Amino acid sequence: MASNPSIHDTIPQEKQPAVTRGGFYGRLSINQKRTLWAWAFLAVPILFYVVIRFYPTGNAMVLSFQEWNLLGDRTWNGVDNYITLFSDPVFWQVFRNTFAYLLIGTPVSLVISFIIAYHLDQVRFMHGTIRALYFVPFMTSAVAMAWVWRWFYQDVPIGLFNNMLASVGIAQIDFLDSTTNALPSILAPAIWAGLGFQIIIFMAGLRAIPRTFYEAAKIDGVSTWTVLWEITLPLLRPTIVFIVVLSSIGFLRIFDHVFNMTTANPGGPLNSTKPLVLMIYQTAFDSFDMGYAAAQTVVLFVILLIVSLIQLRLLKDR
Amino acid sequence: MAATDDLAVRASSDALLKASAPPKKRNMAQFIRWVLLFAGGIVMVMPLAYMISTSMKWPWEVYNLGLIPEEPTLENYTHVLEDGRFFGWFINSLVIATITTLSALFFDSLVGYTLCKFKFRGRYIVFIAILSTLMIPTEMLVIPWYMMSQSFGWLDSYWGIMFPGLMTAFGVFLMKQFFETVPDDFLEAARIDGLNEFQIWWQVAMPMVRPALAALAIFIFLGNWTAFLWPLIVTTSPDLYTLPVGLSSFGDEADVAWELIMTGAAISTLPTLVFFLIFQRFIIRGVVMAGLKG
Repeated sequence: MASNPSIHDTIPQEKQPAVTRGGFYGRLSINQKRTLWAWAFLAVPILFYVVIRFYPTGNAMVLSFQEWNLLGDRTWNGVDNYITLFSDPVFWQVFRNTFAYLLIGTPVSLVISFIIAYHLDQVRFMHGTIRALYFVPFMTSAVAMAWVWRWFYQDVPIGLFNNMLASVGIAQIDFLDSTTNALPSILAPAIWAGLGFQIIIFMAGLRAIPRTFYEAAKIDGVSTWTVLWEITLPLLRPTIVFIVVLSSIGFLRIFDHVFNMTTANPGGPLNSTKPLVLMIYQTAFDSFDMGYAAAQTVVLFVILLIVSLIQLRLLKDR
Repeated sequence: MAATDDLAVRASSDALLKASAPPKKRNMAQFIRWVLLFAGGIVMVMPLAYMISTSMKWPWEVYNLGLIPEEPTLENYTHVLEDGRFFGWFINSLVIATITTLSALFFDSLVGYTLCKFKFRGRYIVFIAILSTLMIPTEMLVIPWYMMSQSFGWLDSYWGIMFPGLMTAFGVFLMKQFFETVPDDFLEAARIDGLNEFQIWWQVAMPMVRPALAALAIFIFLGNWTAFLWPLIVTTSPDLYTLPVGLSSFGDEADVAWELIMTGAAISTLPTLVFFLIFQRFIIRGVVMAGLKG
């Protein structure tokens, strides 16, 4: 804004002798000085973002068109990595798993957290305590909780769940060793840990709805259900969009829970729980097939981008 | 006509608002609602309760369903801590999470402040560029980060674990939002008083956004305390593991008893739980603040 040398530039300058540092700096106008300060403040961060964010992003994209085992030279191989990936049945299995985490996890956690938030919002007695009970799991580490739940899921006589089932005479359930049960079993602690955050955000959204809407509805004698569907939920749309986008991204990137609950055979049994991030990890750091792994990260990036854009479009407009 | 209608409506609305449904039924519904919510809350903390209770049980009663240990013991804790590794992992996690949090708070708020309060050509591009990095998943960056760490010798070092998190785009965005609430007059007054721009930011603007800084600090600390993927990749020597990586490798060792794993899990969870219990209201407010503004 050097083109705007107005009163501001000249008057305070005389009152401000503290910042004189040599001839060049002293001759600058206030706005020029401020611009200099701004770039000085931004210098280290810009360097950081270029070196630690942008360059690696470009590097990953370039690497996805190359072959590299971490030791030899990087050699170009065109779109071979992508062709290999899309013709790999394991990838499609992983793709289905990743979307299973998303398509089960997001709606289930959304519905449960809304129901709890909706009712908790109308409860005064011990409100803070109950809220804390729901929120506490959010403060835990996914790795620690994965191991706790993994113990719950063990067979009789070790696992808590199966011991409980046994004590009421129900046959034990194969949680983690079954190709059909393992994925939901791993998803459960992920949903559990995230509920508290969603409940808090939902309650903040509910509080933000002006009371007058409810008063008007009351005057019209509208039923509670109609109020919920016609007033509360539509006005809650921004909150819902926020939670859906955030939790979708979280479920698409699930890794900690899966890795720790299936360490003996990560992503097993028979790849039935393997999400894309785990496949990336194994390709890169077990097989050291860096180019192929980079191609998988690009696919993950594109999936995240598309899913977020679709959700924003679907839920925000209208 | 309009006036009388208004009056009539207002009168009836007052009446409606004051008149409540038959109190007995309402109280009953409210009571059931409370009981169900409370029960649900208890279920939510059950996994944590079992983790803590099992960490205080002797091996012979680990597989009992009872929540209260018959003979509570801290034997598991002494065993795990005497082993030494968990103590080292705890220190690693604490140091790494603390340094990254301080760095991110400093730089995120400095950048947020600059982009908010300085008008100069290019600031919009800088803001969009930083914000756009939010779209890039960490998973896409770990491979290039690993390559960088390998060529610069950062593997297996604190710096290697920390460098990706020293600044966050989310924090820049959050702090920029909050600096909007700081009136320019204050900054102008400080400028007239002869403070330089750094002093204005540090001494005048920063104290005014303390709640936002605290909220950001909680998020970043928790994120680094629980981070798993990158520390798992960048560390190979057990001495440098963080708590999650250490716990993961510990649990995976052959024949490790479940009560010891629960003890390890408790050690990595209890600090944040205690922190939450002390600063509960404050943390929840911070989560809402960061969540809604971010």
